[in-house]
Amino acid sequence: MNPANYLILAALLFTIGTVGVLVRRNAIVVFMSIELMLNASNLTLVTFSRIHGTLDGQIMAFFVMVVAAAEVVIGLAIILSIFRTRRSASVDDVNLLKY
Amino acid sequence: MTHETLLTAAGAITSTSTGEAVTFWILAPVAVLTALGMVLVRSAVHSALLLVANLFCVAVFYMIQQAPFLGFVQIIVYAGAIMVLFLFVLMLVGVDSSDSLVETIRGQRLGAAIFGLGFAGLLVFPIGSAINDGSAKGLDTANTGGNVQAIGRLLFSQYVFVFEAISALLVVAAIGTMVLGHREREGGRITQRDWMQRRFAEGAQVTPLPGPGVFAQHDSANTLGLLPGGGHASGIGGTPAAGPPGGPAGSGPAGGGPVDGGPDRPGETGPGAPPAASGGDGDDTDGGSRPGSDPADANDSALAGAGKGEDR
Repeated sequence: MNPANYLILAALLFTIGTVGVLVRRNAIVVFMSIELMLNASNLTLVTFSRIHGTLDGQIMAFFVMVVAAAEVVIGLAIILSIFRTRRSASVDDVNLLKY
Repeated sequence: MTHETLLTAAGAITSTSTGEAVTFWILAPVAVLTALGMVLVRSAVHSALLLVANLFCVAVFYMIQQAPFLGFVQIIVYAGAIMVLFLFVLMLVGVDSSDSLVETIRGQRLGAAIFGLGFAGLLVFPIGSAINDGSAKGLDTANTGGNVQAIGRLLFSQYVFVFEAISALLVVAAIGTMVLGHREREGGRITQRDWMQRRFAEGAQVTPLPGPGVFAQHDSANTLGLLPGGGHASGIGGTPAAGPPGGPAGSGPAGGGPVDGGPDRPGETGPGAPPAASGGDGDDTDGGSRPGSDPADANDSALAGAGKGEDR
């Protein structure tokens, strides 16, 4: 089997994550879509690591995982504090800077 | 050794093995479908569960691509910790906070779909045309001594500064989360004494409420007090709350005085007292049967009778 299939699958997952970020209104689901995109990029890194025969891609995927964990923690804290003040987790309601 | 058996197991999975192809072609549609479902499904909890399934699929892909360490980290960190965090926040925010189906920007969904198709084509077709020889060097030499050991060696030699920076980032993220999630308490802690004083200041009822249907809780002739047996008190004597200071609205202006302050109810204490303490005794007859009835009673009995008839 061609290892490029993994890359194509990762591209599809990344695209689905992008569409999710564009379409969804719930901030938490938007975050989950971002997680999906990060996973797709990780799959790409691991696949390239295997194609090139070095472990640097896996190391990078590991770092991406750690950064994603930090990002999720901070993002969810921001969502919670917004929810506390505005009683809503919808990204449409956060439009104060517009006016 | 264990890692040697793992290594041989990992080495057996070459880039063109049939088992890998079978696993891929089974799990790749599952991954794509769960991802699509995560985007399209309306409930946020279902989205989270579908994302967990997708993460497990990707973890299997890591494992069959000679990255068992990343596969297990994926399961532990992503499918375990991060998704639990997501579900926690989801439950805090509220499970029923589903997406609204109203489009705030007109044609956004259609535009997003077109964009997604174009983006997928842009990503997929160059990859398909660029890499089609199917050659992969494989990680057999790089994974010598075990995948975890090799990653550890690389992590603590070549990438050690990145590792330190990442650890600093984690500390900053933890502190930032605490700062963001912290809520300052305004004023002191509310003690039990404060609660009690607030209740008294609001004029709330301090004692426990009486059992249902035993006492009349209002002065109105509409809400007659019930006798312990469940029946209504009698008409004249039974008009509730016949205390001297605040007579019931139902007691007529003419004959209110002599009837209500009757001597045949000595146990009556206040407006909320049971009206049937001595006078009613469970009979539902009108006031005519009572001995102390005077002509003014007719007026009152008519009023109370009207109240009774309304109540029944």
